[in-house]
Amino acid sequence: MTDEQSPQRRRFPAADIARVSVFAALIAVLGLPGALNVFGSAVPITLQTLGVMLAGVILGTWRSALAVAVLLVLVAAGLPLLAGGRGGLGVFTAPSAGFLIGWLPGAAVTGWIVERGGRSPSMARLMTACLAGGIGVVYLFGIPVQALVAGLSLGKAALLSAAFLPGDLLKAVVASIVGRGTQRAYPDAIPAVHQERLRAGGR
Amino acid sequence: MNGLTGAYVPGDSPLHRLPAGAKLAGLAASCTALLLLGSPAALAGAAAAVVLLYAVSRVGVAAGWAQVRPIRWFAVVLFGVQLVFADLPTAASSTLRVVLAVALAGLVTLTTRTAALMACLERCLAPVRFAGLDPFRVSLLLSLTLRSVPVMADLAARVRDAQRARGVERSARAFAVPLVVGALRHADALGEALAARGLDD
Repeated sequence: MTDEQSPQRRRFPAADIARVSVFAALIAVLGLPGALNVFGSAVPITLQTLGVMLAGVILGTWRSALAVAVLLVLVAAGLPLLAGGRGGLGVFTAPSAGFLIGWLPGAAVTGWIVERGGRSPSMARLMTACLAGGIGVVYLFGIPVQALVAGLSLGKAALLSAAFLPGDLLKAVVASIVGRGTQRAYPDAIPAVHQERLRAGGR
Repeated sequence: MNGLTGAYVPGDSPLHRLPAGAKLAGLAASCTALLLLGSPAALAGAAAAVVLLYAVSRVGVAAGWAQVRPIRWFAVVLFGVQLVFADLPTAASSTLRVVLAVALAGLVTLTTRTAALMACLERCLAPVRFAGLDPFRVSLLLSLTLRSVPVMADLAARVRDAQRARGVERSARAFAVPLVVGALRHADALGEALAARGLDD
């Protein structure tokens, strides 16, 4: 969908600039303490991966990857935009750097799967997209980097990361429910619908 | 939101005066070197060099600790795991390697103004023009994002208040759906405002 129109609409219209920057900011805000507590305030978890999945579901392949890229550039420049007020170049040399880098392809894969669903992606598709992109791809990048940086074997690194799996599974479920709700309330939140509208808008 | 100032510690040390690009290149080179250093003795030397660099930069102990603090538990776990599965020298050197890499990156952050790093990163992003993006749009994207962070934080606070008023505090859906829809409305209005100012012409 993105590919067939890319030669002509490489120009990156203002509507996309706005969406990309607002979603990058939204991912940052979801990392603020207490932005959202899933079970009352009993389980405070960082919700930035939820933001990454939502960006994929709503912005589509390349816009969501760009939103993550913008956020990571600002973090690299030293702004404390990651959960817990982390920021600076240290996060890119820390053992968890791969999970952060994995957000880029993770959001893109999420968006790609949702875009294949056309004008009304089903709940099952959203869930698959969040699981495959938001967890599968992110861990695929995160675990090897963690193993390399910390000098662990892949198996041991995977074991260390498994602690985050239940939370991430929960986030994938929440992201697809929220994504579905958003797309019902605001049809323009479906990537295919948004692109059609942009094209109809004279570009 | 006043937390958006970064961790820069003003100063006049040689490290502060070094251009941002040089510091980034140095960081990349020393992180690679850390991965190649094998023996605990060599890593101890590297640790001494990092401590010396911190001393030269005069950023203070508290600022340095704030950079390393986020990985303290990971370092403890890593040390323990390596001690069980390998031996003491391996545990010491792999833990030291991780801590030193984070400390070095933190030092660049502490001694470089956010604006200087941003300018440097924007230059590094110049190749995006081959992907059809022009650098002006890239810097607009970055500054719009910075502006949007407090706007989104404000929106999140308002949605939470509304949620409380409706008595559905425990529902993630009642928080996130209005937040995301609100964010999209804001984004699309912003996009129209940008287009109206001739950005697409």
